[in-house]
Amino acid sequence: MSKFVISALVENKFGVLARIAGLFSARGFNIDSLAVGETEDPKTSRMTIVVEADERILEQVKKQLNKLIDVIRVQDLTGGKYVGVELILIKVKADNTKIRERIVQIVDSTGAEVVDIGKKFVTVEETGDEHKINALIELLRPYGIVEIARTGKIALSSDI
Amino acid sequence: MSKKITGAEILIKSLIEEGVSTVFGYPGGVVLPLMDKLYSEKSVRFILTRHEQGAAHAADGYARATGKVGVCIATSGPGATNLVTGIATAYMDSIPVVAITGQVKSTLIGNDAFQEADMVGITRPITKHNYLVKDIKDLAKTVKEAFHVARTGRPGPVLIDLPVDVQMSEMVFKYPKTVDIKGYKPTYKGHIGQIKKIARAIAKSKRPLLYVGGGVILSGAHKEIIKLAKKTNIPVTMTMMGLGAFPADDPLSLGMLGMHGTAYANHAVQSSDLIIAVGARFDDRVTGRLDTFAPNATFAHIDIDPASVSKNIPVDIPVIGDCKEVLKELNKIVKKPDITQWHKTIKKWKKELPLKYKGDNNLRPQYVIERVQKLTKDRKHVIITTEVGQNQMWAAQYFKFTEPRTWLSSGGLGTMGYGFPAAIGAQVGKPDSLVIDIAGDGSIQMNIQELATAVSEKLPVKIVILNNGYLGMVRQWQELFYKRRYAYTVMAEDVRKMCPDFVKLAESYGVKGIRVTKKSGVDKALKEAFKTKGPVVMDFLIEREENVFPMVPAGEAIDRMIHGLA
Repeated sequence: MSKFVISALVENKFGVLARIAGLFSARGFNIDSLAVGETEDPKTSRMTIVVEADERILEQVKKQLNKLIDVIRVQDLTGGKYVGVELILIKVKADNTKIRERIVQIVDSTGAEVVDIGKKFVTVEETGDEHKINALIELLRPYGIVEIARTGKIALSSDI
Repeated sequence: MSKKITGAEILIKSLIEEGVSTVFGYPGGVVLPLMDKLYSEKSVRFILTRHEQGAAHAADGYARATGKVGVCIATSGPGATNLVTGIATAYMDSIPVVAITGQVKSTLIGNDAFQEADMVGITRPITKHNYLVKDIKDLAKTVKEAFHVARTGRPGPVLIDLPVDVQMSEMVFKYPKTVDIKGYKPTYKGHIGQIKKIARAIAKSKRPLLYVGGGVILSGAHKEIIKLAKKTNIPVTMTMMGLGAFPADDPLSLGMLGMHGTAYANHAVQSSDLIIAVGARFDDRVTGRLDTFAPNATFAHIDIDPASVSKNIPVDIPVIGDCKEVLKELNKIVKKPDITQWHKTIKKWKKELPLKYKGDNNLRPQYVIERVQKLTKDRKHVIITTEVGQNQMWAAQYFKFTEPRTWLSSGGLGTMGYGFPAAIGAQVGKPDSLVIDIAGDGSIQMNIQELATAVSEKLPVKIVILNNGYLGMVRQWQELFYKRRYAYTVMAEDVRKMCPDFVKLAESYGVKGIRVTKKSGVDKALKEAFKTKGPVVMDFLIEREENVFPMVPAGEAIDRMIHGLA
């Protein structure tokens, strides 16, 4: 089993997300992450789905997605070149100035950003690939991670 | 300036535009506006069934028998959920049906209103596509799309959920001429390079086999499959859904394959070096244990649904396209392989391992089916429907189908209670055909209420009940695999103390009932039934523990058959 990044262009219609989620659950496919949003054309949305599968299951995932009437095009980005990024928010415990300073240091050195500072917590935002995000999580973990929210990967194919 | 008409009228006009002349259905609160308009529409026949499930199966039977789209209508909530089994049945067998359900007022949707059910949600995994029409502006376009989606590509059921207020609002009717769905463009023409590969594989094959499924019937490709078989002399085996696609009385026919297939078909599969699957999907009832299926074969697969290809069995030569189109191309280039030895082997199997049952004086179900065929031989149009279980398998084995769309049976879903309402639908669509439902005493009780529909609509469907007082197929599994513990499969301890008495039950509906208890009475009963103008229920009290053989136990290789009779 490995991870594949699938990009599906779909009709921006009521119920499309349910159709796709339903397809995955009915056929027992594993979704790692799913991100969806409008494209340059408000009538269509793009879904970036990261699935955990073997080659045979991946083939079925693509075919079954294509079979849905509201799915316009399915691309498997994994094989070719693509850019993929994810956005994460990490809320870290920081109840004294010393810790807050250390966290800000880490954030500065990694290119992440502090988006909220409170009396007890600091919230950090990072975008990038999985590797970069996971590295930041590990750096912040010793301070006590309170909550994480991540978007799941969004991706587009690349021509270089 | 054209006149504004109501949503109900727009729906009816749209149905007429699609060539619909018959709908099956059941009224209820939120379809009242529609029912009221249908009541005065003379060009659409409304068949009132006695249960919504009956309406769904009837629409399905109508579609299978005629090749047209079947239409059923039900009210919201329980009416709509009663359609679900029928929709799922059509979905599994790729049958074009449009189901129209009433929905509560659009402003009430999501409020747990009276008789509200989320039908688009419920039917999402069992329809090819479905729609909730919230605005009258979308209604005509939606109907157009629904019929297009139902009947093209790999066909299937489509549901339209229509709130009552949309049925009552008004707009000028304009029916769209074309459909353009960005995400739905089925491939009809097969890739010529791939077709050539199949032709080359055939030319060098020593033991080729055509494995023909329901897709051939759906695509209307029976003539092309006959031509391919004749031109190449390749033997043909059919799935249960494919019966009728190739004449069973042709010497090239091996009959049905799979769990209850003929021994010679299953041996041929296991020995074949080239399997050409046409409109079939390698279902588990066909393949048995997957890793032992046709171990020596190269697989070619012609199918319109890409998702059916290499789903269960990795295919060497896939061709995505309509069976008819692809076979036409293949027939142009294919050459006859040298397979004399293969035919000798098959001939030997056919001789050594024929379908058989005990030819004693007991009343056996296989005999009844053979006599049904014999006594209808001189009729041009005979349609057999079945319920599900032993009755279905005996009919599939012993009735030799020679024409497509004359065998209507729930294959994929295996729905008990399908056969009788499907027979009603078939009879409506094919009024000149003799329509016979081969039933079991269990299955027939699942939609027996439709006797009233047959009577009131004057549909002379004949029902052959093979009555053994058991849920026979399950009992057979219990006999073979559960130490004869007949857990909850006994319908009547003694079939002679009937519960129900099917003859009296028939009579209570004003239908002729005939009971047959002896082999010698079979012909007389069938002859009487076939000359009766109205519906007839025949209750054959058959040998109680007769089994369906051959049988491949679930999960075994398909040449590991239990033969039963020696």
